[in-house]
Amino acid sequence: MTGRVAGKVAFITGAARGQGRSHAIRLAEEGADIIAVDICAQIGTVPYPMATPEDLAETVKAVEALDRRIIASQADIRDPAGLKAALDEGVAQLGHLDIVSANAGICTVQTWDQVTPEVWQDTLDTNLTGCWNTIVVSAPHLIAAGGGSIILTSSGAGIKGAPFLAPYVASKFGVTGIAKTMANELAKHKIRVNSVHPGGVHTPMSHGLTALPGLIAADPQLGAMFGSALDVDMVDARDISNAVLFLASDEARYVTGLEFSVDAGSSIR
Amino acid sequence: MTGRVAGKVAFITGAARGQGRAHAIRLAEEGADIIAVDICRDYDTVGYPMATAEDLAETVKAVEALDRRIIATQADVRDAAALKAAVDDGVAQLGHLDIVSANAGICTVQTWDEVTPAVWQDTLDTNLTGVWNTMVVSAPHLIAAGGGSIICTSSTAGIKGLPYLAPYVAAKFGVTGVAKTMANELAKYKIRVNTVHPTGVDTPMGTGLGGLESLIARDPNLGPIYMNTLPVEAVDARDISNAVLFLASDEARYITGLEFTVDAGNTIR
Repeated sequence: MTGRVAGKVAFITGAARGQGRSHAIRLAEEGADIIAVDICAQIGTVPYPMATPEDLAETVKAVEALDRRIIASQADIRDPAGLKAALDEGVAQLGHLDIVSANAGICTVQTWDQVTPEVWQDTLDTNLTGCWNTIVVSAPHLIAAGGGSIILTSSGAGIKGAPFLAPYVASKFGVTGIAKTMANELAKHKIRVNSVHPGGVHTPMSHGLTALPGLIAADPQLGAMFGSALDVDMVDARDISNAVLFLASDEARYVTGLEFSVDAGSSIR
Repeated sequence: MTGRVAGKVAFITGAARGQGRAHAIRLAEEGADIIAVDICRDYDTVGYPMATAEDLAETVKAVEALDRRIIATQADVRDAAALKAAVDDGVAQLGHLDIVSANAGICTVQTWDEVTPAVWQDTLDTNLTGVWNTMVVSAPHLIAAGGGSIICTSSTAGIKGLPYLAPYVAAKFGVTGVAKTMANELAKYKIRVNTVHPTGVDTPMGTGLGGLESLIARDPNLGPIYMNTLPVEAVDARDISNAVLFLASDEARYITGLEFTVDAGNTIR
């Protein structure tokens, strides 16, 4: 039985670890080859350690162990020229592009009055503009391929106004919106665009948001927003990957503009 | 490789033809046994011929051809006692219940001032109360099984105020809401509840809605509400089944309260 994305090529940003690595593995399990990028460097305003070149090398190893090809490079999604170069090189080597997972993102935790201009700008540049750059450099390749599937990683915080995450919410709501606009504009090229909305996920980024429990405890009225319907605090990265896989596959050939929540029911409270 | 819902039992309403039959076939392809019900007779208020007992027998043949078991009964989703008897008997024969597809529904087309009390009531009774009845008779079996997945068929008309479908919109919006309520209330039993939202589907009901095109032509301002964003007028029933399958499977173990549009981008315009 052939894999659900057999013969396809997927471009994944933020692929060095966490959800990005998980998507690379899940898509490779189902037959796709991978073009992977990650900044593999620290952004000054981010309070947790970000991915390293060694992390990206681990993703490469995991995909190659599944007998799939992977072209990996360090690139900053805030730099459209560098991103374009990385993707063009990957497409030149792997032959075409079918799937885009705009997954790279950062998160900081603070009350509204603790937000600095630097934190605001870095978050918007990475999570929203970085997403936009990813779409812009990828779309020509998908148009050339006669169609494709773009999956933008938004968040429950791209649906609800989560407290203590103002810049993150602003950027993720933006991602939700731009996914729908691009779904409308790219439809004529048979390109589908959808957003996935994880709640809490077991990744280095989530585990690095150490200031959040204290802020939640200090304000129970707002803190209650972080609960979920199902009795689980965080889901696994692979749970998000299962949704990405569905959207990437031909099973979702008429699914576009969907806000695909995978959040244990946290956005319905 | 085992099927994606291998070993599970699915209860499907409106299973005689159209989307219901497609769900029965798709889930059976992936290893599930089926409990199928359909009213198998016409309504005075509905303008197109509804399913027949012969249709339901065709669904049975199709599922048995896949080497799966199916228990099929004629039952009206408006009659909670009859519905309960049908699912209880199915569970007694097949052993347990894991998946519920509340799919049965009717549709009529008319301007707001052409809606009769009988049309309004029949639509609400079938499309909203029928879904409620389906959940109420199924939930005890899912609780006994330690969890499960309920998928309620709503519509783009459960998200947007489509003109000329007032009773249908009222009912489908109601389905969207009550599914979220049940997602919250049944979460403690590990039961997930989600809605699927098709755009126009190529089924006997979908193609049987006479009068819609002329109403749309009469008011060009409202017509674009019916346009899809992808260049396709109607999707196949199997496209909806692919979403139902995903939600029914363990790949969606943490997905609850989702509005799963399979609508060629209809609701993002």
